[in-house]
Amino acid sequence: MGHWMIVPIVLPAIMAALIVLAVRHDIVLQRVFSIAATVAMVAVAVALVVYASGHGPEMYALGAWPAPFGIVLVLDRLSAMMVLLTSVLGLGVVVYASSQWDKRGKHFHALFQFQLMGINGAFLTGDVFNLFVFFEVLLIASYGLMLHGAGAERLKAGVQYVVVNLTGSALFLIGVGLIYGVTGTLNMADLAVKVPLVTEGDQALLRAGALILLLVFAVKAALVPIHFWLPGTYANAPAPVAALFAIMTKVGAYSILRVYSLAFGEGAGDMAWLAAPYLMPAALVTLALGMTGVLAAKRLNGLIAFAVIGSMGTLLIAISLFTPDAMSAGLYYLLHSTFAGAALFLIGDLIMARRGEQGDHLRTAPGFHQSGLLAVLFFGAAIAMAGMPPLSGFVGKLLILDAARESDLAVWIWSVILVTSLMCIVGFGRAGSVLFWKSASVEGQIETGETEWPVLPIVAAGGMVAAMVALTVFAAPIVGYLDATAAQIFDTSGYIGAVLGPDAVTASDGLSISEMTGVEAETDTSEAAAGSGQ
Amino acid sequence: MEFLVASSIGILCASGVYLMLRGRTFPVVVGLALLTYAVNVFLLAMGRLAIDLPPILSPDATAYTDPLPQALVLTAIVISFGMTALVVVLALRTYLEIGNDHIDGLPDRTPESGDKN
Repeated sequence: MGHWMIVPIVLPAIMAALIVLAVRHDIVLQRVFSIAATVAMVAVAVALVVYASGHGPEMYALGAWPAPFGIVLVLDRLSAMMVLLTSVLGLGVVVYASSQWDKRGKHFHALFQFQLMGINGAFLTGDVFNLFVFFEVLLIASYGLMLHGAGAERLKAGVQYVVVNLTGSALFLIGVGLIYGVTGTLNMADLAVKVPLVTEGDQALLRAGALILLLVFAVKAALVPIHFWLPGTYANAPAPVAALFAIMTKVGAYSILRVYSLAFGEGAGDMAWLAAPYLMPAALVTLALGMTGVLAAKRLNGLIAFAVIGSMGTLLIAISLFTPDAMSAGLYYLLHSTFAGAALFLIGDLIMARRGEQGDHLRTAPGFHQSGLLAVLFFGAAIAMAGMPPLSGFVGKLLILDAARESDLAVWIWSVILVTSLMCIVGFGRAGSVLFWKSASVEGQIETGETEWPVLPIVAAGGMVAAMVALTVFAAPIVGYLDATAAQIFDTSGYIGAVLGPDAVTASDGLSISEMTGVEAETDTSEAAAGSGQ
Repeated sequence: MEFLVASSIGILCASGVYLMLRGRTFPVVVGLALLTYAVNVFLLAMGRLAIDLPPILSPDATAYTDPLPQALVLTAIVISFGMTALVVVLALRTYLEIGNDHIDGLPDRTPESGDKN
């Protein structure tokens, strides 16, 4: 694959610098550069997915330093798919923002490109500390985007968002420190080899480190009880930014999936499936709480934000089953829920702009311009989010329910998913009827000056809905790709072999826990932390 | 030395967490700064405590200290410094825009209502 693997990181980085240095005074040029870069990234991502589907995992050693000493990027089916998802979503967002939103503050496009760089980096990296760095890149950009256009409400939510995430970063470093202190490595593949060899005395420490890391990823994924930052942030962020943030929660879910299936998965000995018992109850509560929020919401943006929390719950239920079937179903739901959340935020913004003073408050008000078209789009996105046929939400939930049948908690999973789906339908049904049907019976029309057809925003929002239609129509080939992806995730030897060379795989297979004496393990870890002990 | 380092990390962390739970932005920012100090010292300690040992290869050295945590700490310091600056600016801007420095943005309550924060 040569150097193509790093293009999704380098391209937006160069573009962001170019936009902020060379064309910062010309909004049209900024748009041209930003959209062109995002289109190019979609093309590269498609090529990466095509390549990854025909090959095993592949490594890119930054600076040609051999793993585990240097930082590596790893391209496999999962990371290629996530990069493609990011770039397609990014394209929709940048097209939407290019009609109006990018003029309300400075440097929207530069921050946007940096955000894409951080997200792509987080998906591609094969090193835990590098994951921290890319988390910071995407967070720093997201702080700027979140505050884009400012306003008192947004600043207030922004302070809380920044403080929560800084605390998360501090915890991330503590977790990373503990893991490094015990295993002497931060390379994910090397961790997968070293974790089973950790002596009994050090296991508690490693477990603590790994679970602190889980906490950080759970903050990103908005898992209960650390979801509280999400509704305020998403509801107050500018709409295109909120739509882009739909992928940010997935970064948390991806990190959980990657780290806890590779390093703390099947081959981790005493620590096998470390995350599963904590993740499942939290995911069930997240789903229930999110959809309760949908029922209770008084404003459209709050309603959508809680629906996003609920969808994260559904996604993490599938992930925390840690079976290939459930993983494949979860990944399908991940693709779907990203587009569903983004589509709803964009459509919500279009509705809000046309309702004048009524904004996104869910109360009966006179009709507004283009309410017919917006109603159609809202209806499509809402039934997808709620998981009603015929759109992709239904397929995703069906796959998850089917995969959960074997689980011990099947009764819980089935009942929570089905009941919350009903709550979601009622919540969105109520919102839609207030916004569109009841307002049709009120005299008059709200005039906001937003009378002409907003071509780009409609194209972007419609594109998100179209993406969900495509997910449904091409469900069979997509699920085929995802099944192979799930198989690749569970066959960790492919990943380890790609990063550390085929020898490492046989070494880790050859050593089972029972064969190892404490002395051997001791020498192994102390060698790994080369020259550290004094 | 272990005790000294461990207890200083503990105290920094405890003070940081306490301050972060306060209601106004200034203590929260100071608390964040203290917490990141604690994290930085902690990261350094994860490479084991070693005195007067070189981190890079040298022909005279008999033992080494682990260079990787030092590199990690350097990255962490840069990031946390930048973030602290950002959160200070943000807190100031919020104060000017909203008119009070409560982290939840609610207006100041009168002393009679029993709010001592």
